[in-house]
Amino acid sequence: MFTLKLSKLGAHAIKNCLKAQLASTARTLRVPLCQNENLLPLIHQRYSTAAPDKAFQKQNEEKEKISVTFVDKDGEEKHIRVPVGMSMLEAAHENDIELEGACEGSLACSTCHVIVMDPNHYNKLEDPTDEENDMLDLAFGLTETSRLGCQIIAHPDIDGIRLALPAATRNFAVDGYKPKPH
Amino acid sequence: MAISIPLRRLSRSFSAIASNPLRVCVVGSGPAGFYTAEKVLKKHERAEVDIIDRLPTPFGLVRSGVAPDHPETKIVTNQFSRVVQNEHCSFFGNVSLGSSISLSELRDIYDVVVLAYGAESDRVLGIPREELKGIYSAREFVWWYNGHPDCSKLDPDLKSTDTAVVLGLGNVALDVARVLLRPTMELTSTDIASHAVAALEESCIRKVYLVGRRGPVQAACTAKELREVLGIQDLYVHIDEADLVKTPADEEELKNNRIHRRVYELLSRAASSGVASGSGRRELHFVFFRKPERFLESEDQGGHVAGVRFEKTIVREELESGKQIAVGTGQFEDIECGLVLKSIGYKSVPVDGLPFDHQKGMVPNVGGRVLSDASGDEMQFEKGLYVCGWLKRGPTGIIATNLYCAEETVASITEDVEKGLFTRTSSSQQKPGREGLLQLLDSRDIRFFPFGAWEKIDQEETRRGLLKSKSREKLTEWLELLNIASA
Repeated sequence: MFTLKLSKLGAHAIKNCLKAQLASTARTLRVPLCQNENLLPLIHQRYSTAAPDKAFQKQNEEKEKISVTFVDKDGEEKHIRVPVGMSMLEAAHENDIELEGACEGSLACSTCHVIVMDPNHYNKLEDPTDEENDMLDLAFGLTETSRLGCQIIAHPDIDGIRLALPAATRNFAVDGYKPKPH
Repeated sequence: MAISIPLRRLSRSFSAIASNPLRVCVVGSGPAGFYTAEKVLKKHERAEVDIIDRLPTPFGLVRSGVAPDHPETKIVTNQFSRVVQNEHCSFFGNVSLGSSISLSELRDIYDVVVLAYGAESDRVLGIPREELKGIYSAREFVWWYNGHPDCSKLDPDLKSTDTAVVLGLGNVALDVARVLLRPTMELTSTDIASHAVAALEESCIRKVYLVGRRGPVQAACTAKELREVLGIQDLYVHIDEADLVKTPADEEELKNNRIHRRVYELLSRAASSGVASGSGRRELHFVFFRKPERFLESEDQGGHVAGVRFEKTIVREELESGKQIAVGTGQFEDIECGLVLKSIGYKSVPVDGLPFDHQKGMVPNVGGRVLSDASGDEMQFEKGLYVCGWLKRGPTGIIATNLYCAEETVASITEDVEKGLFTRTSSSQQKPGREGLLQLLDSRDIRFFPFGAWEKIDQEETRRGLLKSKSREKLTEWLELLNIASA
């Protein structure tokens, strides 16, 4: 079970690396993201521009951290900078944002549930795995753009992402049971 | 000179002078208890919170209910342990509400008492021969393999039969089926109780029937657990395709419910992927539309169960509630078995002085505030008495459900604090809190175990586990637990 997770993480890291490279060179040319990983390096070569040193350095710095905004249930916003590769759950905890993480990122709970406020950002994320979907099933206040915070990994494609912490709902039963009104 | 100061602010400044922290006792140290304690401490910085539990080990069902092969679900105990590290929070193990101390005594000692002691009993079917040997509640069976000291001697007979019937289709039903059917080797490195490993290694159980009164659309389990049980190595899974037929009401239910939709999809896929059963292979049969009518006694083993008689059902909409309910058809069918596990729901246990709804098995409350028995047209609440968790909502939901449940209860407590319900104008009216509890326990010669005692148990269990290549070797006897805790 652990090796499977590690290899998934590895695959994820590779995908992110490739995506990141593609994003930085596609500034002047909008290139559709290629599904076939083997072709990605080729596209990179075809469209890469010889950028002057300073601009390239700036791009590197921007590549390292992205902007993330957490919006709590009262509408209060907190803007943070998150290094590429860090999960939103980790980033929240590092910045004292109250995002629960009962299972500490092991896909065994739904307490780090966040709502991606911009559908464009939501679409940039990789589809949730069966395991994540199983946990999302149980999340309270689930929406069309809900994800688990521990599964959203920072990368330049989602720079500026805004994540809403779901409001505590009245109906908090998981098996469809609706509490009777008093 | 008239100065208008809101009464609330006056009482607050008094309390600052009188150094009057809110004294809170939480009964029960499972998720409901710990989330409540955590939120009280966060909201009321100077509150003093004592968590009591009748066991010397904390964490409730996280320790004794979550299956041994689900270690990630237990990670939340790290968060709970951090709560007790707060200097304003103390744990008192081996203190039992009802025997060590009464509810009214607790209410005399603390400003606020939150009952979060869950549901330690079982719903009963109330059908003939329920007392036959070989019939257990799933709760007992789970406590047994999880090493709960109350069930260490359960000694279920897994040898004289090859078939078990599990009544119910929730996650607990799936847990017990999985523990019976998984290759035992896969469980030996977990924190499962050793006495359970020994029994499972010699188990002759090869066939498990999971039986529900209604259909696959109403099954109460969730996708993760279902996926897991369907994925057991070398397991033949049987689901009757005829059972998957959906009524218009079923379609409607699935349209509106993501959980049921995904569960139904998994069940349909399993039904159509029919792999032929082989001899010696373990089998899992999902049986729908069967309501237990009576238990059948063995002719060879007097007093022992030999089978269950079921009435076939159809699912119909109940006019008043709109709920889909199972209705008997008058046709019957028997399933032979030597072991029955009833997984039909837990039930809370009342204590003296606690308003209790015996029909629902929970405490009448509004937002966690306990309703007085005397409540008529005008709602009256028991001052300073609150509930959280299963005792408040009934035995449903997951660990995270208690997160929101605790938020609601603590919001009620906070409202009451701000209304001045617990404000004392003179120090003589202050509740003694922790000191009062310590005095009372001492006067009764009751030895309580602080969190440090649990840490000793934890260390010992981990140490013993290492010797057996297990994540933990649980101490399952009361005496052993108390000895190690006292060391």
